[in-house]
Amino acid sequence: MVRFTLDDQEIVVPEGITVLEAARRSGIFIPTLCDDSRLEPFGGCRLCVVQVQGIPRLVTACTTPVAEGMRVQSTNEEIERRRRTIVELILSDHPNDCMVCEKAGDCNLQELAYFYDLRTNRFYGQRSQRLVKDQNPFIERDMEKCILCGKCVRACYDIQGVGAIDFTSRGFTAKIAPPFEKDLDCEFCGQCVSVCPTGALMSKQSLGKGRQKDVQEVDTICPYCGCGCNLTLHVSRNEVVRVTSRPDTINEGWLCVKGRFGYSFINSPDRLKTPLIKKDGKFAEATWEETFDYVATRLGAIKSKHGPDAIGGLSSARCSNEENYLFQKFMRAAIGTNNVDHCARL
Amino acid sequence: MPGDITINICMGTGGIAAGGEAVMSAFEDALASADIAASVKKHCAAHKVGCRGFCARDVLVDVIENGGKHTYEYIKPDMVKRIVEEHLAGGQPVQEWLVKEDYHTFHGKQVRAVLADCGEMDPEDIEAYAGRGGYEAALKSLTSLAPTDIIEELKRSGLRGRGGAGFPTGLKWEMARNEPGDTKYIICNADEGDPGAFMDRSLVEGNPHAVIEGMLIGAYAIGAQRGYVYIRAEYPLAVQRLTIALGQARERGFLGRNIQNTGFDFDIKVKLGAGAFVCGEETALIASIEGNRGMPRAKPPFPAQKGLWGKPTVINNVETLANVPYIMRKGSGWFAGFGTEKSKGTKVFALTGKIRNSGLIEVPFGISLREIIFDIGGGIEGDRKLKAVQTGGPSGGCIPASLMETSVDYESLASAGSIVGSGGMVVLDETDCMVNVAKYFLEFTKSESCGKCIPCRVGTMRLLEILTRITSGKGRPGDVELLQELSEDIKMTSLCGLGQTAPNPVLSTIRYFKDEYDAHIIERRCPAGVCKSFIAFTVLEEFCKGCMACVRVCPSGAIVGEKKKPHRIVQDVCIKCGACFATCKFQAVRKRAVYGEIHTR
Repeated sequence: MVRFTLDDQEIVVPEGITVLEAARRSGIFIPTLCDDSRLEPFGGCRLCVVQVQGIPRLVTACTTPVAEGMRVQSTNEEIERRRRTIVELILSDHPNDCMVCEKAGDCNLQELAYFYDLRTNRFYGQRSQRLVKDQNPFIERDMEKCILCGKCVRACYDIQGVGAIDFTSRGFTAKIAPPFEKDLDCEFCGQCVSVCPTGALMSKQSLGKGRQKDVQEVDTICPYCGCGCNLTLHVSRNEVVRVTSRPDTINEGWLCVKGRFGYSFINSPDRLKTPLIKKDGKFAEATWEETFDYVATRLGAIKSKHGPDAIGGLSSARCSNEENYLFQKFMRAAIGTNNVDHCARL
Repeated sequence: MPGDITINICMGTGGIAAGGEAVMSAFEDALASADIAASVKKHCAAHKVGCRGFCARDVLVDVIENGGKHTYEYIKPDMVKRIVEEHLAGGQPVQEWLVKEDYHTFHGKQVRAVLADCGEMDPEDIEAYAGRGGYEAALKSLTSLAPTDIIEELKRSGLRGRGGAGFPTGLKWEMARNEPGDTKYIICNADEGDPGAFMDRSLVEGNPHAVIEGMLIGAYAIGAQRGYVYIRAEYPLAVQRLTIALGQARERGFLGRNIQNTGFDFDIKVKLGAGAFVCGEETALIASIEGNRGMPRAKPPFPAQKGLWGKPTVINNVETLANVPYIMRKGSGWFAGFGTEKSKGTKVFALTGKIRNSGLIEVPFGISLREIIFDIGGGIEGDRKLKAVQTGGPSGGCIPASLMETSVDYESLASAGSIVGSGGMVVLDETDCMVNVAKYFLEFTKSESCGKCIPCRVGTMRLLEILTRITSGKGRPGDVELLQELSEDIKMTSLCGLGQTAPNPVLSTIRYFKDEYDAHIIERRCPAGVCKSFIAFTVLEEFCKGCMACVRVCPSGAIVGEKKKPHRIVQDVCIKCGACFATCKFQAVRKRAVYGEIHTR
């Protein structure tokens, strides 16, 4: 454990953690746009600058490990003035179209602009020309809103192990892009969308379906596979409009393409809601009683004519453990066969 | 019976650009020709040598005979025959082609310590280097000195990093040596990127073995098995000579396994930089060698703790490393005999700009700027008035003419608002606009920022835009203060040295030349007559002979008039390129201020 002073408050934290993390744990707010405790520190946005006694320059809290006896000032007039300049600089290269932005109300940059009361901006001038119309199916990339915090790059490379995007170009024209600035062509896990602090990366399916303040959040478990990732469904007007996951869950907020984007079946008109029985070559809707009777009769007939091993059962990974247990019990005890399997191989 | 005659022909990049290769082959042809007596041929040998420093006089040719040296300047291939006939064969130097007085004053106050062998020997010949004492220091270090002895000797010498920051080299080596671990690296930073700087290039081209020897001694001192030279791909000649030198060092057993039977293994790889200025920053350089995008990361951990591939790594600049063999050979006392209390030794500078004698110079620390400019540099071109000296490239600042007595050392230049930097020294005169100078450097840093951190990426762009608005007549009261505030914020919050120093050209020009900023913003004029928005070109009818010369050079067709009748410049069409002004032989084209006065010729 390391003992250090943060804003005149003595704090004891485990060795090796950063000043920013220590501040978080102590409930002291330090603004940041590029830090995520699940990702490697980056030190790019420079908003978390703090004063450390004995160091003439300001240092970033996200990259500075806590050291024994360190004295850190997280806020004062100078620090806040410099942070304010940084937010001003970001906004001077930003569309500032919060009125129509999908992310409004859930945007870290917007929050900071509010926090620093940036009604006017001392800086203006050329804006980065980064507008990308990307034809990929899932991720809306409005790169004019990108602040180059690099969180998407780190999530893609370090978490997903894919490396579909990276920094490219230099100076004011620097940007984040897929190879050769082509359309994004990856596994579309959407980790990048989940970490983006602005409206640069959004889910295409969610566009125009309701901002964060209008949705109701419902926590659940992903039904797709046995991993059991935690999901948060964002429901608006009785429709799931977005799926996210909380960072403090077993899956640390990371999801795959199915969990994050595979929810359109919920309200699909093609979705089966009642059993169908084929009559005269055509499927017709049936009641559950009808269906159980029909299945029991047919299975009984097959079993008595061909024996139990003529029957096989295949269940679904999307059923719960209990349901799968009952299913194999049914196959073994009621039917009398070991021909039972399940689609766990996604 | 004539003694041996050595002919040294400058074949650095400057010498080659001036025609050094043709001069070299002219000498070889002339010496092979039947007109020359066999006895002369036998004793003459032509060698190519690296940068001689006085590039403005290239091609420079030394004829060395019995220890006496005659130097010729501005040699062209067609002049070679006469030199061979009259001097080599006849024993009579061609007086009118010999260097003049200013060549000697150029060298008068210089001390050639690290450049001692540069320009005096064939850089592609390890024997030439060995013949001048090369690799003696490495041999002595590896066979009879402990690594700690070497580090102590370097600490005593007071050698500080020549790349810009001036960190004590011995201390850096000691830090890396004391880090635990078996695998360590030494890297030579040859990614010289400052505009107008050519110190490291000249050293690698002129004496690559000194750099290799320095790395070998460093590797032994810190315990590294592998070294890298990170060198710009834009330096093809330096890369070529370095590669040749590495091959020769391997053949002679100064690199590779079991070096000189000492049991020490060390080898060096060359890594070409892809032209990013930021890769001169050590953490970005490491990222680049590792195959990643060259972007800096936060320090600590410092490279000496966690560098290349996460291992302790020493990164030294070319000039720093090239100094090491000389210090180890001649002793720390010799080295510390030059310079000031805190800045020991000598420093190589690339002296350029509005100076009469531009070139590569080496001076002891503590020399004054005035001595460099007026004694070595020979004063300002065209006897105009000195305005300022810009040192340290895009990270440095401008020191005004009133501070020319400033001593050239790390501390004094820093307190004058500039830095020693890697050694760029650009002389500015009264025809240079200081706002424009600041704008020039910001244009550079804005383009070369890696884009990682916001103050540097966006901040330098906004600085540039404010400067552009001032130089184009749209400056507003308060712009100077805004520049200062933003500059301070960028300096304090940027991630790496690039951003932390990028505003220096702005701050130092405001500090010393605020009147020029005010003239642009308030009086709407550019005192130096540089910024186009504030000037207009006109033709003085009584001087104009109607020769049409200006009409022919005008790229925008702005000049009208018939032959032998006075011309006129149509202001709406004129793009103010100044071609007419430069072309007119009768001084009929005049540059005037739109408002107020400017400097005119």
